[in-house]
Amino acid sequence: MNDLSVDNLLGIKYLNLLDIDLIFSTADNFKKIINQPIKKVPSLRDITIANLFFENSTRTKLSFEIAEKRLSADVINFSSAASSVKKGESLLDTVNNILAMKVDIVVMRHPNPGASVFLSRNIEAKIINAGDGTHEHPTQALLDAYSIRERHGDVSSKKIIIIGDILHSRVALSNIYCLKMLGAQVAVCGPSTLMPKYLDSLGVRYFSNLKEALLWCDIANVLRIQLERQDVQLFPSLREYANVYGINSHLLDSLDKKITIMHPGPINRGVELTSDIADSQHSLILDQVENGVAIRMAVLYLLSNKIK
Amino acid sequence: MIDSRQILNRKQIAIIIRRLCHQLIEDHQDFSDTVIVSLLPRGKHISKRIIDKLEKILEKKIEFGELDSSFYRDDLRRHHKPIVPHKMNMTISVDNKNVVIIDDVLYTGRSVRSAIDALMPFGRPKTIKLLVLIDRRLSRHLPIQPDYVGKVIDSIDSEKVIVLIDKNDQNDSILILKS
Repeated sequence: MNDLSVDNLLGIKYLNLLDIDLIFSTADNFKKIINQPIKKVPSLRDITIANLFFENSTRTKLSFEIAEKRLSADVINFSSAASSVKKGESLLDTVNNILAMKVDIVVMRHPNPGASVFLSRNIEAKIINAGDGTHEHPTQALLDAYSIRERHGDVSSKKIIIIGDILHSRVALSNIYCLKMLGAQVAVCGPSTLMPKYLDSLGVRYFSNLKEALLWCDIANVLRIQLERQDVQLFPSLREYANVYGINSHLLDSLDKKITIMHPGPINRGVELTSDIADSQHSLILDQVENGVAIRMAVLYLLSNKIK
Repeated sequence: MIDSRQILNRKQIAIIIRRLCHQLIEDHQDFSDTVIVSLLPRGKHISKRIIDKLEKILEKKIEFGELDSSFYRDDLRRHHKPIVPHKMNMTISVDNKNVVIIDDVLYTGRSVRSAIDALMPFGRPKTIKLLVLIDRRLSRHLPIQPDYVGKVIDSIDSEKVIVLIDKNDQNDSILILKS
């Protein structure tokens, strides 16, 4: 297998196991390259990439941009805050105008679920979904699974709990698809008001009690409470959430086992995780950030092979 | 119909490898300032054979790395099949060292050009030399020539050179396929 089965990276659910293996093995090479004194390769020197961010992002945008630059691609950045989108331009018009400048790959974050699927049906350029509303965030799921594989040797048979706001989380959905495809056992934990109605159809177990969940798992992926997506109040207060679902050293010490802690960032320190846990040796958080660049380089490289 | 012709047999390959090792020792003495870099994927087995022989003769470990140059190639997105990188093993520094790049067949010279580019992030080598088992002369696209050659052959573009060298040397053979 030396080619992806898809022309765009719209979500994990469109990939198969061979695609994920290919992305991981390619990322292994890029991980070596980004640790060399000279971190740049000329592979995408003839490719232009547009990063279209219709929603705020810091690390994903930076991670994509550094991955693109390390591959020698030409990069243009767009953020909706300072654009004609504010004047009422449609998504398709905005993108077609950018594509008229001969762009080969579009990396897009958009608040509406399915925006990248819509775009892929209407334009020629290759699309990478960098997060579409509460739907999917495929590169985050790939880098999470890759970080688990790197730390634990394998993802299959591992027990992974995803804690927090599953209802509003594209990271959770992509992670569930990806980890289950790789053979892991996945469960979720959090207030029942933050669980989606379709939880059963995802085939994941639900824990309402954090300690029980931690006793079950090998790895805990802790999500950020997304205050910007809470249009109705789904839990009484942040303080209460931190008391019931926050992870602290006292709780972890009481377990009598070591759990690897992950977080897609940005962390609300003192809410879902205390600082000592976020900065401990059991935390994979900075590995996730480093691996994010390697995974995004791999995805960009493999999709660029599809450009005719 | 595919017509194949053997150009080197097991015994001839063994003699050539022995000769190449002695040529290397003549130029690089005890290899204290020299490292071997095999070019992935097909330089790997021939390098292994040469390194084993050198270590036997010199009675010391030879420093070596395995280099993948996929990301530096000039023909990315020009093939029907995508170029997929191979697992690289470069834990050595080439800074101020004499480097001997080893590959099985030298044809257009484009792989060697990309290998030289891929090598530079690992340091500034004092010199780079090229060893190949087969030199398909008269088919070069770039001004690149080998320093150590197993056998020079004349072949045309429609012919294919197949190097069969694996872990054990029982089935070693080099063939030309005419299609």
